[in-house]
Amino acid sequence: MAETLRVAWLIAAKDLRVEWRSRTAILSAVVFAALVLVVFNFARDPAGVSPVVIAPSVLWVTFTFAAVVALNRAFTLERENAALDAMLLAPVPRVAIFFGKYLANLAFVLIVEAVTFPLFVLFFNVGIGAALPGLLLVTLLATIGFVAVGTVFSAMVVRTRYAELMLPILLLPFLVPPIIGAVQATVRLLGGRPLDELMGWLRLLILYDIGFVTLCAMIFPAILDE
Amino acid sequence: MRGIDLALAPGELLLVLGPNGAGKTTLLRMLAGLARPSRGVVTVDGRPLLADPATRRSVGLISHQTLLYDDLTAAENLRFTAGLYGLPNREQVTREALERVRLSARADEPLRRLSRGMVQRVAIARALLHAPTVLLLDEPFTGLDTPSVGRIREVIREQRAAGSATVLVTHNPAEAWDLATHVGVMVQGLWAIHEPRAEGLEGFLERYAEAVRG
Repeated sequence: MAETLRVAWLIAAKDLRVEWRSRTAILSAVVFAALVLVVFNFARDPAGVSPVVIAPSVLWVTFTFAAVVALNRAFTLERENAALDAMLLAPVPRVAIFFGKYLANLAFVLIVEAVTFPLFVLFFNVGIGAALPGLLLVTLLATIGFVAVGTVFSAMVVRTRYAELMLPILLLPFLVPPIIGAVQATVRLLGGRPLDELMGWLRLLILYDIGFVTLCAMIFPAILDE
Repeated sequence: MRGIDLALAPGELLLVLGPNGAGKTTLLRMLAGLARPSRGVVTVDGRPLLADPATRRSVGLISHQTLLYDDLTAAENLRFTAGLYGLPNREQVTREALERVRLSARADEPLRRLSRGMVQRVAIARALLHAPTVLLLDEPFTGLDTPSVGRIREVIREQRAAGSATVLVTHNPAEAWDLATHVGVMVQGLWAIHEPRAEGLEGFLERYAEAVRG
């Protein structure tokens, strides 16, 4: 277990260092998220629909697509120069490679979300005040699960010819449960609804996280060995 | 691939030749544990490579691809590899490896700023960092200038002298003929020739052409 954590941290630190040098994925994802928010902002009719009604959907559509942009690079950098082979040659547990890539992806997506969120508040002029801690919790819970699934699919499609196209096609159906949960929880948080109305959706997100992080850690080694 | 059976003793070098698509790279990937044979087993010192992850520590791979990260420096790439292999004194191991390939002065430059030959020297340092007893080389001379080819040949000689068993896959037998103790020619996934090297290159090339023609 300690060896798995050591190698996972080593791989995550390497990914973060590579991204820090190039800033390719994070910059692309943040710019993409900002553009999506701008499009939604100008496409809606401010007199017709209240921002509180539409804002949660816009927020999660933006987070989802920005995350896909960020996840696309997860194994692309391993494909360049066949660097993944160097990890597979080493006597490290395959599951450690999953957790390493997963931790790095989680950090990328959370950074993209952290930058996008103030833009969302600015464009949609929603009062988040007391809802902020709840929104942070919902964002964290939803992100933990879908990044795990994204990490597995990113590894699966990286050897295909159209990896950038294949990833969203395979990934988005698996993101439906956490996105529904996150949108419903966000609607209630922004509407100032009582906590017990949220609990069901939070439970869904927690169950999705536990189930899919475990499942992804189990199937990832088989994907690498294919 | 069918009926591929080979054994190498310490210090021996098998030169693997063959036309495109003959299965040379697949053979090397199986020997490295990167591809799983549908039947059969790869062992190092009697221990199965795929079933025993610790055995992977015995294998080093040098490819025409570098297996490195262009955005990291030479030293960062080697430190990362040292970490993967759980080597103690990562800093010292990295420094010594860079000295061995004469790149200490460029240790802190990202690989994308180095020449192809320099990057290949970092790739050699990476492959030898954990002192493997089995060295696998897949077209290691591709795209390199004469001094870089000479440097790789020197490394192969050193490794053989240190007791490494070596498998070298190439399209050009002239580049490594004098280094080989054994030679194998693969055609359509089978050994067409597999024998100790006992003749000069010219005589062999005639038989090689015949074997490839079938």
